[in-house]
Amino acid sequence: MVVRLMQGNEAVGWGAIAAGCRFYAGYPITPSTEIAEMLARELPKLGGIFIQMEDEIASLAACIGASVGGMKAMTATSGPGFSLMQEHIGYAAMAEIPCVIVNVQRLGPSTGQPTSPSQGDIMQARWGTHGDHPIIVLYPTSVPEAFDLTVTAFNMAEKYRTPVILLMDEVVAHMRERFETPPSEAIRVIDRMGTSVPPEWYKPFGDTVGDVPPMPSFGSGYRYHITGLYHDLMGYPTQRLDEINPWIERVHRKISAHLEDILLYREENTEDAKVVIVAYGITARSARHAMKIARQHRHRVGLVTLYTIWPFPEEVILRVGRTARRVVVPEMNLGQLALEVERVVGRHKVVRVNRADGTMIAPQMILDAIEGR
Amino acid sequence: MKGKEQSKRFEIRLAGEGGQGMILAGVILAEAAAIYEGKYVVQTQSYGPEARGGASKAEVVISDEPIDYPEVLSADVLVAMSQEACDRYASNLKKEGLLIVDVDKVKRVPLTTAVKIPITRAAIEASGKAITANVVALGVLVGLIGVVSREAIEKAILARAPKGSEEMNCKALARGFAEAEALLAVKQKAQKGLAIGTWDTG
Repeated sequence: MVVRLMQGNEAVGWGAIAAGCRFYAGYPITPSTEIAEMLARELPKLGGIFIQMEDEIASLAACIGASVGGMKAMTATSGPGFSLMQEHIGYAAMAEIPCVIVNVQRLGPSTGQPTSPSQGDIMQARWGTHGDHPIIVLYPTSVPEAFDLTVTAFNMAEKYRTPVILLMDEVVAHMRERFETPPSEAIRVIDRMGTSVPPEWYKPFGDTVGDVPPMPSFGSGYRYHITGLYHDLMGYPTQRLDEINPWIERVHRKISAHLEDILLYREENTEDAKVVIVAYGITARSARHAMKIARQHRHRVGLVTLYTIWPFPEEVILRVGRTARRVVVPEMNLGQLALEVERVVGRHKVVRVNRADGTMIAPQMILDAIEGR
Repeated sequence: MKGKEQSKRFEIRLAGEGGQGMILAGVILAEAAAIYEGKYVVQTQSYGPEARGGASKAEVVISDEPIDYPEVLSADVLVAMSQEACDRYASNLKKEGLLIVDVDKVKRVPLTTAVKIPITRAAIEASGKAITANVVALGVLVGLIGVVSREAIEKAILARAPKGSEEMNCKALARGFAEAEALLAVKQKAQKGLAIGTWDTG
């Protein structure tokens, strides 16, 4: 095994390659640029395609097109570009087209602080595009996890025919950590389901077991219609309620019926915890540091690190929230995922720890909240 | 609350102006510890939106255990290559922390115990190029505190050095070691019996 010092952004690029991504279209933006740089260098060597597009709207459009053509496709951006991508995130959700969108967050709104960390896009990742839609959002806390979760993002996108968003913190994107390249046989890669029915029988949006219709590539003999309008089983626009309702139920069910597979989290010391910290991204590492110090001082503190933030893991939070007296939610924003935690465990139990000035939350801030200061 | 965990961490901050190679120095130090010594390492950085100039800072946290909080909480070592860097970060040093400054760039030094070395000047003398100042700084740092072995830092530097620049970088590193040795020799002579960790060169 090769040991290297690797940057988080670089790990995303290698994770994408390991997952089978051979198409990247993007518009470079700090603090995500190293992803584009490394894929511009590596993808052509593998017969893959790298395109620098004119903007972020076109970038995601190109990824959607490549995916329909049968490629695993990714784009990476930061807040300002992520705002522009919202239109096509909705399109990919509506047309059920697998793709991975990386958003290395920076301090916003607007151009904000390009080189400063922030966790300000939590709600935008969930609700940035209009209309009710299912979405999966993953969130690494370290360089090795940036690799692993990029692979997972592709696997979930392909398995559930959905856009998957990988949210990252600037700190994780730019930090370097020890990385041992896993052997390729140790990496589990999932490819989308094809079909063996004759083209004339194929229903692109038909009901299937598991609620995810098979998706043959354009150009492979299967012709079908794709639209952002509500559509029938054949993909043609419809206004019929008996076609709209089953569709919206199915696309939500294909996620909600597989939460066991989709919800990734790690519990530490929650069994006896009187105070539970719920954290994600780089802030979870501040929280773990704080938890260890607190436990040295015999405070019964536990930690839930969320790797999947959307769909929100309600059942887990409900369970740990039942026995805990206090639930601490540190975030590098003014309180976004805390709204969900409050909804689940009740406002009176939740202590928010917030900071939105482009600086990390230090362990001491969390320790103060644990002690009720 | 203070943690025992902090004692297992060793925290180094390298700060200067954009273009001085402080972030690269941090990367090289981290590679020496991670790749050649098998330690847990996190290297982080911050810089302004400018391509050159502006404040630039690299941080390296080294530990025998997995590292949770990735940034420096209070530094064991600060290498300051500009007055602004020294002014901004000196107060964050641990009580017994080591401050190393480029004495030609940092005129106001807040600690009498600081190690003052003309790092950039020494780089020009040793290799003919000011850009090797970051390598001289690494030599001084490793020579004084041995946070990684000399072999490890040399391997890490050579692995990063562009072709043709190996000799220049080796000279710069040797000069850094020599500066550290000279300092330690003076210290031993003058302050026999004093606790290690005070760096009075005044």
